[in-house]
This record gives sequence, structure tokens and C-alpha cells, in this order.
Amino acid sequence: MKIIIVGDGKVGLALTRQLSKEGHDLTIVDSNPKVLNDNIENFDILTVEGNGASMDTLRRADAPQADLVIAATSADEINLLCCITAKKLGAAHTIARVRNPEYTEQLVALREELGLSMTINPEYSAAREIFHILQFPNFLKRDTFAKGRVEIVEMRVDEKSPLRGVVLYRLQHTIGVKILIAAVLRGEEVAIPTGNFVLQEGDHVFFVAKTAHLNKLLRNLGIGKQRVRQVLIVGGGRISRHLIYRLLEAGIHVKVIEKDHAKCLQLASIFPQISVIEGDGSQQNVLRSQGIEHTDAIVTLTNMDEENVVISMYAHYAGVKKIVTKIGRLEYGSVFTDMGIGSIISPKERCSADIVRYVRAMQNAEGSEIVALYHIANDLAEAMEFRVDDTVRYLGVPLKDIPLRNNILIACVTRGNETLLANGDTSYRVGDAVVVVSTGQHMIHHLNDIYAE
Amino acid sequence: MNIKFVGHTISYLLIMEALLMLPSAVIAIVDQDGTARCFAAAMVLLLLAAALLHRLCRRNTSQQYYAQEGFVTVSLAWVFLSCFGALPFVFSGQIPSFIDALFETVSGFTTTGASILTNVESLSRSLLFWRSFTHWLGGMGILVFMLAIVPMGKESGYSLHLLRAESPGPSVSKLTPRMGNTAKILYGLYLLMTAACLILYLLGGMPVFEAFCHAFGTAGTGGFGVLNDSMGSYSPYIQWVTTIFMALFGINFTVYFLLILREYCEVLMDEELRLYLGIMVASTLLITWDILPLYHTLPESLRYAAFQVSSIMTTTGYSTADFTLWPAFSQMILLTLMILGASAGSTGGGLKIARVLLLLKTLRRNIYQTLRPHSVQAIIINRRPMDEQIIQNTNSYLSAYCILNLVAMLLISLDEFPFATNVSAVLACFNNIGPGLELAGPACNFSFFSPLSKIVLTVAMLLGRLEIFPLLSMLSRRSWNRSL
Repeated sequence: MKIIIVGDGKVGLALTRQLSKEGHDLTIVDSNPKVLNDNIENFDILTVEGNGASMDTLRRADAPQADLVIAATSADEINLLCCITAKKLGAAHTIARVRNPEYTEQLVALREELGLSMTINPEYSAAREIFHILQFPNFLKRDTFAKGRVEIVEMRVDEKSPLRGVVLYRLQHTIGVKILIAAVLRGEEVAIPTGNFVLQEGDHVFFVAKTAHLNKLLRNLGIGKQRVRQVLIVGGGRISRHLIYRLLEAGIHVKVIEKDHAKCLQLASIFPQISVIEGDGSQQNVLRSQGIEHTDAIVTLTNMDEENVVISMYAHYAGVKKIVTKIGRLEYGSVFTDMGIGSIISPKERCSADIVRYVRAMQNAEGSEIVALYHIANDLAEAMEFRVDDTVRYLGVPLKDIPLRNNILIACVTRGNETLLANGDTSYRVGDAVVVVSTGQHMIHHLNDIYAE
Repeated sequence: MNIKFVGHTISYLLIMEALLMLPSAVIAIVDQDGTARCFAAAMVLLLLAAALLHRLCRRNTSQQYYAQEGFVTVSLAWVFLSCFGALPFVFSGQIPSFIDALFETVSGFTTTGASILTNVESLSRSLLFWRSFTHWLGGMGILVFMLAIVPMGKESGYSLHLLRAESPGPSVSKLTPRMGNTAKILYGLYLLMTAACLILYLLGGMPVFEAFCHAFGTAGTGGFGVLNDSMGSYSPYIQWVTTIFMALFGINFTVYFLLILREYCEVLMDEELRLYLGIMVASTLLITWDILPLYHTLPESLRYAAFQVSSIMTTTGYSTADFTLWPAFSQMILLTLMILGASAGSTGGGLKIARVLLLLKTLRRNIYQTLRPHSVQAIIINRRPMDEQIIQNTNSYLSAYCILNLVAMLLISLDEFPFATNVSAVLACFNNIGPGLELAGPACNFSFFSPLSKIVLTVAMLLGRLEIFPLLSMLSRRSWNRSL
């Protein structure tokens, strides 16, 4: 497909990397020739220099023939203008990144006039994901499927874990809950394990489980559910605002440390019930004076990745149980895996995954729909949810008789309100939702792509 | 330096070269001239070398590739291809000396067309075909050919470095987002135009074999003929067809792509195209006037002038007349055209009109700026401001071009031939033209040079085709060690 990405920032880069890997014809538009030059050397793409909201530039980027235009500059207004212009020129679909919550109402009201296929708000989705993690602090990452009924959760096997040294076919026996291991990340390699796989210390395990079973899973692992009652947030930007709103709704105490006086004032006036501290969160004495040792969880959301990492490492050292770190540049993701900075959140990657899902769904407009797509295990694996329709082959055939590709796992099948973790006798039929985990290089656009031919 | 990846790419190229020898081998079998064994031996050697390289250089997917790898790949690829391409000549015994065979092959791949053969017609048809076929491959670039048919690393920009290092011109860009598609479009256009040329030759009554060889030579702007007097003995119709097609192949292929997209306005306003055609028409008229006393009638002298201007400017090197016998003014015009060369992004060589245009505009700006020291001016070409980096590169290209040409002339002069012979031989090789003036003229050949001079000229041809920097960068210690 012909895709134009306007704005070559972090989101643009994440999108470029992912979409060019999937084999699309990409044209990147930006007004800064330097970043464009860097990217043309690293990716197989075309670049156009200029203002992406102007007709002339869009025409030079061949927007009239484009299947999709993604506006991801840092300014909401430019993104909207760019999408309207592209639509006018004849682009089939447009996606705008709109971050300012004040525009939410407009976007709904003007949906028709703007002609947008989708809007993305990285900060909002990041806040939602952080909140999600704080609900079950024992897991490093949670991705939900089937309208929240099924989850893939990430857990590290540490020294004291009862999972250490367990052979997988004995797993059910050890934990006593119906779960499935979708993937194991060991060092830099990811594997879909077989029954004889033995878990080791340091492995990151990705469980597929019903949301309702998560509590029981933790109890049987002898961990017991921690509850987060107070959260310390460092940095008071957009994500913080979205997050505070959710935390307060859940009745959690919030303390925010922010350098900028105006931002502090703003937060204090929007959320009178939280404590706002004006200070530099990267300074040890500020953190100590705010009682970092006694907080249940810390979320680092400053604009600097380095500061976030250092604060989180200090929090780990100080004994904070749950740590969530925001990192903008995920290239270094694998370096951070075992550094004790807890769950890693990357707003840009999350929203690029959303767009990739949309693009794959566009590619098979008439086929079975891809409902959700998550990158797990440092981007080495993908978890996808598909809605089954009559274009899918092997309907009603038990899984043990379906020839699957290597590196593919069917994790679960949801039918109505019922979710079945997959085993050899499971089958699916029209209307079901199927969750598939893939660790292969092959792109999966349609459920039929998982069959070995 | 990711030498393994470079080796991996080259191993593919060697396999491809073996396959590309097949048509010549088929001719050898049909003709029963005994050269089939030579081609078979060369192909076996190529495949063995490819297998060995492939074995040594397993592809390492986790590593990245940068400009450095692109440059080294292209340079090494051309050296390897030339060395292996020379093997059939050596094995057949028709060009027994390896240096001579290498000269001939490099002359083919670089689309120079300079030959060391005193009697072309004595060569077997299969070898003649291979010689002309190398022109066709070298014209658009053999790595571009590979990019068109072998899918390379999907997400990397590595392929762009290959295109940049192999395609002529100051700023190379893709036509479409995917490199594979760009390469396919380029070769598609190339193939189509070659076929058109071939058909027109056949309609003009040229024998099939000669038509193929000449079409390859014209398309690649190479200049190897199959007859001793090049194109001189063909009908005026064929000479005009050649004139026009040489000129067409000397035009930037982006222009044809724009024509397909129906961007006629952009094509008409293209400054490089205008300058290219302008110079061509002006030189033709001047030479026509200058040689009128020699040929008496206007149509005849126009035909000779147009053919020679088109042939020299596009750096093809065919000839219909011995222009060393023309007046000095005409010879000087031709010598100037040798240096200017064809358009960037075409199959021709030389300095390239795009560079000349850029240099002229820079010169004008610098003069203006000396007079008004604080003025700021951008250099605008085709209504777009040029990047200062490209201007700088072009300036340093010119210096490198001059220095290397001088060095080559100095080394050639050890043979003690007359001045014009030395100068024109180096220019003819460096700019990938073929015939020079005096002793190196169209009626003569390069066989009389000493082995040293032949090696110098071989290197000059490669330097000219790959536009200096890729080859020079190979000499730098830094290209072989990333940490330096």
C-alpha cells in the first residue's frame, strides 16, 4: 500500500520502522532535511521536504494516489489541516495524531467534515496502559483481548519464584489455574515453548489467562496480590493528567513532583485532592523528602528518558515495589530489560502498533478483521486478535488437525461470553474471536496467513 | 565494516554473471567455434567462486549496513565482475594476455568501447556478443539489475547506497519508495528502448547478430562494434537511427519516468535536459559548418557531424568517419564534449551535464559574491534550491577528476607517444568514450600501449564509470575498519 507519513519525529520513526518492515511503499514528509536524510539511509523509503499541511507538498508526495496519510507532527492543528487537505486531494484514508484533550469533543462532532479514519493519542493510550499495569503490579505488562476477558501478562521469573526450574507440562500442577504460556523471552531470543521447556531464572514469561483468573494465579504462585494505594508520579505532563484522572477514580492517592511552577499550579487547580510538589524529581533529596521508600508505586514521566531511567533505578534501590518507566526511544529497549526499572511504557510504540493494526485491517477489507495487535517481548513477538468470518479456512477443525506455520500459537478462542484456552481439541467457527501469538518474521494480515501451505 | 554482508551480495552477483554468460554460450554452441568450452569453464569458475564466498560469508541479519558497505560492495563487485568477465577471452586464446582481456572487459562493462583488438572481425561471434552484452549490463549498472530481480533487505536503506554508488550523477534519488520498484522501472525503460532500437536496426536491413550487438552498444552508450570501421559502412538510415538513439540514451532516465507520469511541463522545464540538447545542437551546427569543405553537400556533412557529436557527447564512441582528419576546430569541440559527457542518471559517462550546470551556477554565484560580499544566494536548479553539500561534493569531484586525469596522463606519457595521443587516450578512457585523437583515434586502437599504460587506462575507465569516490574510498583504511 502507498502510505504517506507526515512528521518525522519519534512516532514517525516508529511507524516508518514498522510499516517498512511490513513491505509498504512509504513516503515521509518533513520540513527538516536532516532527519529525512538520516531516515532515507536507514530505510527503503522516499522523502519529501516541505510543510506537510500544504497542498503543494502533499501533491509532491503523491497524496492523491495514497491509500493512507498519517499526520504525526507535534502540532494537533497541523495534523488536522494535513488530513483535511490530503482527503481533499484524494487520499483514501487519513489518520491524525491529536493529543489535546480539549479537541476531543470536536473530533466527535466534526467526524464527517474532517474525514478522519482514525485519531491517535499516544499520551492517552499510555496513561491507560500505565493504569492497567498499576491494577496488577506483579505483572510487567498487560495486554487485553476479547473485550477485556483475556489477557497476556508478562512476568519475570526471579530467584524466589516457584516457577523457577518448572517443566512446562507440570505447570498446571504447580499453579493450579488454567493458563497457557504464549512465549518466553530468554536473553535476546523469544520462543514459543513446548511441553519439555524448563523455565529458568531471568526468563520473561508471557501468560495467556482469563482476566478473572489473574488473582488466583498470583495467589497460587505464592505472591499474593499487592495493592497500590499511593502512587508517586514524577513529571506533570499530558500523560500524568490522563493518568491522575484514572487513579483518582480508582481511589488511589497521588503525589506529583513537577519542576515547572505553571504546570504545578495547573495540576493543583484541576485536581485539588492530590498533592503537587514543585521540585526537581531527578534530585535524590527531593525524592527522599517525599518519602520515596514508603510509596507503593512510582511512575516516571519526565520528558527525558535518561532522567526517567535514573529515577527508576534509584527507586528500585530504595525498595519501591512497583516501578513504571516511560521511555520514548525504544531502540534501547533490550538494554533495559533487567535493569530493575520495572515496566517500560513507550507511548510512541503503542500508538504505532495501533496504526499498524489499522493498516493490516485495511489490507484485507473484505476478510476476517484484525481487532487487536500488540508487540510483546521487546518487539520480538506479536499477539493478535482476529474476528473469524466465513473467509477463514479450517472452520470447525480441531487444532491438532490444523497445519500451522512454525512460530505460531493459537492462544485462545472466545465465543460469546465463553473463553477457551486453546488445546488440541479446540476449534473455532464464524463469529468467534481468536488470539494468535506469532514469533516469526512472517506478517500476518489475515487468519489464513497462520496456516502452513 | 560488515565484510560478510559485502561478500554475500557479491556472491549473488557472481551467480548472476554466470547466468548472463548463457546467451553467449548458446551462440558458441550454435556456431561450433570451440568457444563453448571457454564459456563453460568461466561459468563453472564463477559458480565455484560464488559458492566459496557464500560459504565464507553467511548472512548476518542482526547487523546494519551503511554507506561504507554500499561503496565497498559496488567497487569490489565491478572489480570481480571484470576479472571473471575477462576469462572467456583468455581461455579461447583469441586475446591471450590477461591484461589485454581485462582491458577489453572493463572497457565493455564501463561502456567505454576502447579496444585493443587490431582486427575485430577475426573474433568469434560468441565473444563479440559477450563483449557487446557487457556494454548493455554496465550501462544501467549491474547492481541495479540485481536490485531489480533479487529482493534485498526489506527495511534497510542499504540498497540506496548501492544505487548512489553505481548510478552516475551528483544527486541520485529514487523514483518510487521501494528500491526494488525503482530498479525495475529503470530496467523496464532501458529494455523497452533497447528493443525499439533493435527493431529499427532490423528494419534498416542490418543482419540480426549485428543488430543485437549494435543495439547493446548504443543502449549502454558503449561503442564496441563488430566491424573494423565501426558504423561507417552502414546506410545513412541506420546512422541516423544510431544518432538519435545514442542521444536518447544520454538523457536522464528520470525524464522518461516523468513522461510516463505525463508530467510534460516538468520535462520541458528540466534545465539539464535543455542544456544537454542545447550543447548537442550547437556543436552539431558548428562542426557541420567546419567540415562542409570536406564533404561538399550539407546533408552529408550534417549527418557526419550529428553522428559524431551524439556519439562523443553521450560517450558512446561509434564513428562513421575518421574525425582525426577533421579540422582542428572540430576536433577541439569533440574533445570538449568528451569532458562534458552525458546527462546524470543516463547510461553515458563524462563529467555529466548536471555537474557542469551546477559548476557554472556556482561560478556565477561566487563572482557575484566577490562583488557584493554580504549577499546570500541559493543555487536553484529546476526551481528547487540545491543542497550546499551537493555543491561541495561537485566541487571536490571536479578537483579529484582533474588530479586523477593528470596523474593518468603522466603515467601514460612514459610510453613516449605524441602529446595529443596521451591526453585524448586518457580522456577517452576516463570519460568512457572509446576513441580519442591522433594515434588513439577511431581508425586505430589501444593495442600499441605498454602493459603499464593499459593497466592505468583500465583503472581510469573504472574510476570514470563509478565516479571516482567509491573506488578511492576503498583505498582508505577507514573503509575497512568501522571503529577508525
